[in-house]
Amino acid sequence: MTLGLDPATWGAVLLSLRIAAVATLCSLPLAIAVAWLLARKQFWGRGLLNGLVHLPLVLPPVVTGYLLLILFGTQGPIGGWLRDTLGVTLAFRWTGAALAAAIMAFPLVVRAIRLGFEAVDPGLEDAAATLGASRTRIFATVTLPLIGPAVLAGAVLGFAKALGEFGATITFVAAIPGQTQTIPTAIYGLLQVPGSDGAVAVLVTISIVLALGTLALAEALSRRMQRRIRG
Amino acid sequence: MIDVAVQKRLGDFSLDAQFAAPGGITAIFGRSGSGKTSLINVVAGLLRPDAGHVRIDGTDLTQVPVRRRRIGYVFQDARLFPHLSVAQNLAYGGTHDRDAVIDMLGLGALLDRRPAKLSGGETSRVALGRALMSNPQLLLMDEPLAALDTPRKAEVMGYLERLRDRSQVPILYVSHDMSEVARLSRTLVIMDAGRVVRAGPVAEVLSDPQAVPLVGVRDAGAVLTGRVQAFDADDDLTQVALSSATLTLPGRLGALGAQVRLRVPAQDVILSTQAPIGISALNVLTCRIATLIEGQGPGVAVSLTCGTDRLLARITRRSARAMGLRVGQEVHAILKATAIAAADVGTGDAP
Repeated sequence: MTLGLDPATWGAVLLSLRIAAVATLCSLPLAIAVAWLLARKQFWGRGLLNGLVHLPLVLPPVVTGYLLLILFGTQGPIGGWLRDTLGVTLAFRWTGAALAAAIMAFPLVVRAIRLGFEAVDPGLEDAAATLGASRTRIFATVTLPLIGPAVLAGAVLGFAKALGEFGATITFVAAIPGQTQTIPTAIYGLLQVPGSDGAVAVLVTISIVLALGTLALAEALSRRMQRRIRG
Repeated sequence: MIDVAVQKRLGDFSLDAQFAAPGGITAIFGRSGSGKTSLINVVAGLLRPDAGHVRIDGTDLTQVPVRRRRIGYVFQDARLFPHLSVAQNLAYGGTHDRDAVIDMLGLGALLDRRPAKLSGGETSRVALGRALMSNPQLLLMDEPLAALDTPRKAEVMGYLERLRDRSQVPILYVSHDMSEVARLSRTLVIMDAGRVVRAGPVAEVLSDPQAVPLVGVRDAGAVLTGRVQAFDADDDLTQVALSSATLTLPGRLGALGAQVRLRVPAQDVILSTQAPIGISALNVLTCRIATLIEGQGPGVAVSLTCGTDRLLARITRRSARAMGLRVGQEVHAILKATAIAAADVGTGDAP
């Protein structure tokens, strides 16, 4: 099934979806943990952590991509270690694109979830403690259900951001058709070639449909969650 | 036996409170900002004291984490979990005496509802039921009636009286409403500016003229215990027998033969040196003056012994002088029946 698209276009769409999904799902637990730390805990280095999380938002994406190349390239300190011990290579692979997308989306995801934590009344957690619940149980049965809508909002925002990531991705993993070429990098590549307006229009339309579809799905899920919480 | 002695600095406020209380309901009474909630938060373990101890029946809980203290807490704002049904809320801390609790608090019809769909009185009852089902060794209640309108207050008050009379769990009951305190509690702890300024059996503290400035002139008034003797259906009155006299009160109070508690506000007691005749008040008690205490203002607090009952009256210093009141003198205390409001009449044994 290719919906009548040529294989290169179809490949870029599927790869984009896979990269965005993997980036979102894999970064979500870490984003929840970091949001919790920033919302609830006072500790040494809190400002530093906050700055580090937000860095990809304010740095030029190409700089982030370059730093990823330095750190996670096969010659880099982390990339080399990953290759030697786990046999994993990130640079110029789709997994590297997922890493770049996750890092670029991370500040948005953390921000949304952090707002969720801040909106939860700590009094409810105190109440759970007086009823004998352990910290883990309080988190799982009170805090997490109540921040559900915020986690969803963060995930949607992250997914959309990951779908559209361009600068860091093209710098870190280039745009190899069938391997690392995503929708945005494919559009960019086509724009360099005269007479490819038709193919560009197809990809642009797909981008818009995906974005609107994601938002609609998120809205529906969010309504259901709110109903469950508010009763 | 609850034994609390704690110190805690909170910004400009310092809590330095100690009291001991037997079982039953212990009311912690004071103005807002006097440290009542901070005190029970320390007892619950939600606030760590700088120094001191919290002991229940000789067991020191000061270092025990909140979740292991087995102290039920009914918060002022209830704090039901909004994403769980009433049944799930109730079961969160355990299912101790589940059926009895649901029956006592009338929760059966609410089990499938969400907290957002409950009325104020229902919310309070569910919060109370949730705390009870966690099988606590002590129950803390922080102004559980404060957020309710008058009819809902009366509804929940009835449940609280049932709880007091049926349950063995000791209760610390925070309130700034003297009629609640007088109806429910066995022991009274009065707080002011973070300190316990008076503690003791409720009838004793409330009939003590020395405690009037601590309780507040408006709230001062003794608590009497009587037995419902008869109803007068034609005039809608209830006769309540005290140790030395019978009071006639408006409305139908309690069941025939039942014990009732009455709070008689000190400012609603009129004193007369001669037996009054031709007045509208139905209740005249013959009493003897036990003590006379002059306060800072124009008032005098007069403690009276009427049979074995103790009454408190507050009159002006000028009246006391003009009447030549002195300790040991026999006087007539006139109570206007309607001054004893329905909210001030409760069920239950002698406090």
